[in-house]
Formats: sequence, structure tokens, C-alpha cells
Amino acid sequence: MANAAISKPASHVHAEDHHHEEHHHEQGFISKYIFSTDHKTIAKQFLITGIIWAILGGALSVLFRIQLGYPDADLTWMKPILGRWLDEGGHILPEFYNALITMHGTILVFFVLTAGLSGTFSNLLIPLQLGARDMASGFINMLSYWFFFLSGAVMLASFFVPTGAASGGWTMYPPLSALAQSNEGSGFGTDLWITSIALFIVSVLLGGLNYVTTVINLRTKGMSIFRMPLTIWAFLFTAIIALLSFPALLAAGVLLLFDRGMGTSFFLSEIYTGGEALANAGGSPILYQHLFWFLGHPEVYIIILPAMGIVSEVLSVNSRKPVFGYKAMIYSIFAITVLSFLVWAHHMFVTGLNPFLGSIFVIFTLLIAIPSAIKVFNWIVTLYKGNIRFTPAMLFAIGFVALFIVGGLTGIFLGNSALDIDLHDTYFVVAHFHLVMGVAAFFGTFAGVYHWFPKMYGRYLNRTLGYIHFWITIVAAYLIFFPMHFMIGLPRRYPSHENFQFADMFGELNSFISLVAIISFAAQLLFVFNFFYSIFRGRKVRELNPWGATTLEWTTPIHPQHGNWPGEIPHVHRWPYDYGVNGREFIPQDEPEPGFVPEPEPVHRDPQNDQV
Amino acid sequence: MTPSDHIALPQQLRKTVHPHRFMMWLSMASIVMLFAGFTSAYIVKHADTNVWESVELPSLFWVSTTLILASSISIFFAVRAFHRNNVKAYRNLLALTFVLGFGFLLSQWMAWQEMLVISQLGIGDKVAADFLYVISGAHFLHAAGGVVAMGFLFFLALRHYRTPEDALMLNLHPEKVPGIELVATYWHFVDALWLYLFIFFIANT
Repeated sequence: MANAAISKPASHVHAEDHHHEEHHHEQGFISKYIFSTDHKTIAKQFLITGIIWAILGGALSVLFRIQLGYPDADLTWMKPILGRWLDEGGHILPEFYNALITMHGTILVFFVLTAGLSGTFSNLLIPLQLGARDMASGFINMLSYWFFFLSGAVMLASFFVPTGAASGGWTMYPPLSALAQSNEGSGFGTDLWITSIALFIVSVLLGGLNYVTTVINLRTKGMSIFRMPLTIWAFLFTAIIALLSFPALLAAGVLLLFDRGMGTSFFLSEIYTGGEALANAGGSPILYQHLFWFLGHPEVYIIILPAMGIVSEVLSVNSRKPVFGYKAMIYSIFAITVLSFLVWAHHMFVTGLNPFLGSIFVIFTLLIAIPSAIKVFNWIVTLYKGNIRFTPAMLFAIGFVALFIVGGLTGIFLGNSALDIDLHDTYFVVAHFHLVMGVAAFFGTFAGVYHWFPKMYGRYLNRTLGYIHFWITIVAAYLIFFPMHFMIGLPRRYPSHENFQFADMFGELNSFISLVAIISFAAQLLFVFNFFYSIFRGRKVRELNPWGATTLEWTTPIHPQHGNWPGEIPHVHRWPYDYGVNGREFIPQDEPEPGFVPEPEPVHRDPQNDQV
Repeated sequence: MTPSDHIALPQQLRKTVHPHRFMMWLSMASIVMLFAGFTSAYIVKHADTNVWESVELPSLFWVSTTLILASSISIFFAVRAFHRNNVKAYRNLLALTFVLGFGFLLSQWMAWQEMLVISQLGIGDKVAADFLYVISGAHFLHAAGGVVAMGFLFFLALRHYRTPEDALMLNLHPEKVPGIELVATYWHFVDALWLYLFIFFIANT
């Protein structure tokens, strides 16, 4: 079965050997664009689906920012869409507010910054940069996308059930998530949420299997692991983290479904509702939190590592300098990977965690600052004295570094259990994670899209729109999230702060933040327009290697067919960061060292003769 | 068919492990993490002496364990028969493994009935029993996947694998991992996983 998946594309490649790239496959629309096994098409599917989800997730945030910034606004005109989720005065109901933040978090974390980011760039770049014809299994790769699609369809459906979408927070803590009667969104909406995430986990695991296997097994000749671009290193470790952490969430989801539907008490302790004791006894909601954060924390590295990889690559290409500390970068990614599994309880300092245990998690958490700081230092030194080309991709990459520093610094505050008691669940946390993994990961994604769009579609994104997009977005990101650090003691997830007198002083600030958030969302629509317009009307790419990069994806034709290289796969002779050496601007990875004598044996050895 | 016909296999591949085999190992690592999640939840609850009440393991678990161990042995010989191009023995051993695997599933099902009816442990009564249902249930699904794959292989063997020449063709194919090898690896894994879970249950009840 799986072998069929590999041998099927082989015939195309074979055909291309003779007919070259002008040859068009006799492939139907469905097998070429819908149920495709070509990694490049699957990458585009992930990207476009991710963009659609990002628009939806962003729109949800606009709605709740209106509620926070302009609590008196009359949204009656939105009645046709929002229906009974508005009260008579046209205000958003608290139940709906909770569903908005829940779905905003879920969509952005899982669908956009996991599937949209890893799914796109791992799929696109792993075979192209490593010199492989396709992923190890195109069929499993296709399944990975369609499980993601199905998971999205289920999540989307949850908006339309009568009791509304899940509203227990993206972390889905019990008892809100375990008792259907605890909240409107805890009803069928939560069942759909868990189902959707279970399907999503299957998608991530199938994708991860392919990414790791392809990196380990299918590198072209000469591509030793220390010649792999940093993007590939980042994707590799991201996939390893995903393979080892997502199953824990699946375990939590299964136990949660049993608590919801079968009357078990894994996560439910003695609970009284309306004066009546429920039958549940002895369960522990903390147990759920442990299982959840065993995924939840590695998840933030699943989001940020690919962005880091993309940024390393884009910074180096556009500074025309080798990336500084290539091996230090790799060891840092490795250290982050290991540490990511040892810090989950820093999300649980206020659950009554044993203080001694807490202090161990503090130490591991603060240790992450070391590899992170090494990476930041290396990025900055890569820029230092570089011959910088400020393309939109480069601006977003530099923006990533800035946001990562600012957001990362507050992580040092939050990682201290003593400080966290005060800061937990306040807007300080919201500011921290939005800057360090939310906006920063988006900047990494944007850098990747602007940089590799020519490879994906054979056209450029519009530069001017790119600059406008960048400047509005980075200014808005700071204007939105920087002030949140100073909203001292303001709890997050509250639909309204009217009952806290001290919060009155943040009223105007909240209105300002909301205004900027809406502008920022509009700027993203500019990007969406640029993206879809440029697919069809963008300036055409005329040269194979428009950015003057060293990596192998730019040795493929402008419109690579299935199989990527019409002839032989190039061999690799050097590391990927030969910029500004030997008096040359750059040296591609497939260029042999001077005086290189190719091996006398034929390139395609016969395995039978090989044994002799 | 020359190696250059093969899309995903650069030439140094033959020195390394085949991608499909590697994928199987990775998925096993992932499945291990799933059960690590379940069993660590079990350990946490088990340590909570206020609520934990031990339950007796259904005696049919012993039958299941015997069956799955036997099926692991028979699939080992099925792989050997495959490599020796012994078509008939391969088919018979595959069928035997399928029957034993199916017997394991059946025995697990009856073990749950034993818990429900004889021990009167409904789902939701005692957390120890709930864990038994959930964990053995999750293992059941993984085992069922293996049994379905064996059935598929058996169907293929009946259709396309009749003569020693067929066997020779399959075995000489340089770029393929035979399906039986992948299924056998997976099945040994499912077996070992059950052994771990069974010993874990015995040690913690």
C-alpha cells in the first residue's frame, strides 16, 4: 500500500527525464490540486487553509477587543451573524465572549501556528532543501493534510451548534470542560472541540512521521547532517517534539471524553451544582493540567522553532553573510527540545504545586534562557557588518528577533514561581506569550512566505504592500501588547472589568489597544489580498535564484514539477552558508570545491552489482 | 526497474534503514508516549490513597496474554517462511496469526464483560476499573489495527502470492520493505506493549 505511494510519482519523474519541465502531467484536477501527494501542493494546501483560519481567528479577536475596548458599542447591526449571542443592547454576551477567546486561542495555536506554519514550510522545504524527490510517503503526507482539514471542519461546525462553541479556554480545563451543564459552551461544542483536536493530533503525528523520516533517510548525496540548513534542523526537532508530546494530549482528551460521556471521575472531584451533589468523586482536575501542559509547553516550541529556523535562513541570505555560530544554533535547538519537556509545571505554579517541585521547574524554565540567548546573539551577530538587503522577508525576520527579545524577557519574570503568583492569569501573561510566540511566530511565518513565495508560485509578492504590511504590523504589535504589561493585576479572560473599580484607569488604554488591534487586523487583510493577487498577477520570477541563496531549492526549475528536479538530484559539496567567501557573493551548496574530482563510478549504481 | 526510477530513494539510502521501517519505529515511539500518558495518570491516581480502591484483574487477561504471545511467535515464523519463499507456510502462518490476534481481541472483549457482569464494575464505579477499561481499550484499538492489516496481507497473499516465483519476485525487489515485515514489527510492539500494561496492572492493583 505504502509502496504504491512511493512508486506512483516515480513514473512522473521518469517521464520528466525525457520530456523536461515543459511536460505537463496527465493528472486530473482532483489528483493534482485536491488529493495531491506532491509535497509542494500539500504545503500550499496547508498555507492557504492556515491563512483562512488566521482570518477567522483574527476576526474573533476583533470582536472581543470591541467588547473590551468599547463595552458600550452597539453591535445590533451584526445581529444577522451573531444572532442570540448579543443582548438587547447589542452587547456581546459573556458566554459568547468566552467562546470567542477559546476559539481564538485554539485556532491560532493549533490551526494557524502549528499546521499553518510547520505544515507549510516543513512540507515545502524539507524535500527541496535536502534534495529529495518528495516526502518519504506522499500518501501519508496527503492524509496528514486531510485529517487537518477534517479537524477544521469539525471545529467550524461547533460554531453552529445551538449551545455555541467550546468556551472553557483553549486549555479546556475541567470541570468546565468535563461537565456539560457547567456552561453553554461546555455542551456539544466541547465534544466537537475534543473530537476536532483528536483528529488534529492524528494529522500532526502523520506529518511528523514524514518530516523526521525524510530528514533522516532521504538526503541527497553529500548532504551530511552538518550541511543541512538551519530551517531543516528546526523542522526536524519540531517534528520530534510533536511526535513525543501530542500523544499526551490525546490521552487527556480520551479521559476527558470518558468523564463527559461515561460517568467516570478521572478529572472530577466532589462537585455541588444547585445544592445537589454530583455522583463524581475523587477525581483531580490537576491531573488534566499535567497531561495538558505536557503537550502545552512543548507546543510553544513546536510553534517557535520553525519560525526560528526560517529566520536564521532569511537573515543569513539577506545579510549576505554566513549565519553566525551554525553549530551553536543546532545545539541550542537541541537544548530547547530537551528542556521543553521538563518545564510544563511552570504553567501550574498556583495550583498548589509543592514549592520544592516548583523550584525545580523554575530552574529548568530559566535554563531555557541560555539557548534562547545564544540564538538571539547569533542572529544579531549575523546582521553585524552584513550587506543587508531590506526585503520584506528580511524586515519580518529582524522584527522576529526584536519581538522575541521583548517577549522573552518577561518570560524570566513569569518563570519565577514567586513572581508568578502575582502575575498568573493577568494581562502580563497575555502580553508575554503574544509577543514571544504569537506575533513572533507570525513574523517568522511572514518572513517565510515573502521569501519562498517565488518558489511556491513562480511570482513575487508585491514589495510595496509588503513594506506597508510590515510597518503597520510591527508598530501595532508593540502598541497592542506593550501596554498590557502595565495593566497591573487586571485578570485575563474576563468579558468585562466594570466590577473592578481599579480597572477604570485602564479604560482608555483598552479602547486604544482595541483600535490598534482593528487597524492591525485590516493590515493583515492587505497581506491576504497581496497573497491571492500575486498568485495570479504578481511579477513573474525570471531567474532561478532570485535571492542569491545557496540552498538547493533554488536549483529546481522556476515551476518545479512533481519530483522537483527534471534530471538528476544535485549533489552537495559544502555547508549552506557560504556567503562572501573567496571573494564571491555566494557559493551554492551544489558547487564542488576547486579541484574536486567526481567519483569514477556511475551515479546510479545497480544494487545487484553493488553487492559484488 | 533501476533505482533511478524511484522517486524517494537517493542512492546512499541502501546504507541506512528504509524510510517505511523508520516511520514504523517513529510511530511506535509516539504510541509509547500515549500509553506513558495513560499509565502516569494511573500512577498519580494510584498514589492518592483516599480515593483509590484496588480492583481484581479479570482472569481472562491471562488468556489474552497467552494468545498474543502465541501470535507473536507465529508471525515470527510467518516472516521466516516469507523470506524462504515458502508460500504455503507463509499463508498458513499468516492465517494462524490472524486467528490468534482476533482471539486476543475477543478475549479482551470478554474480559470487559467479566468485569462488567461478574465483578459488577460498571464504568464510573471505581477509578481503578475505569483505568483498566480506558487503557486496555486504547490498546485494543491499536491491536485491532494490526489484525486488520494482517487480514489485508492474507487477502493479498491469496490473490497475488501463489507460487514460489511470486515469492522470489517480492523478495528480490531491492527497494521495498515487504508489508509482512512492517506488520510483524508492529505486532511484536503491540504484544510487548500489552505485556508491559499487564505487568503494570498486576504490580499496581
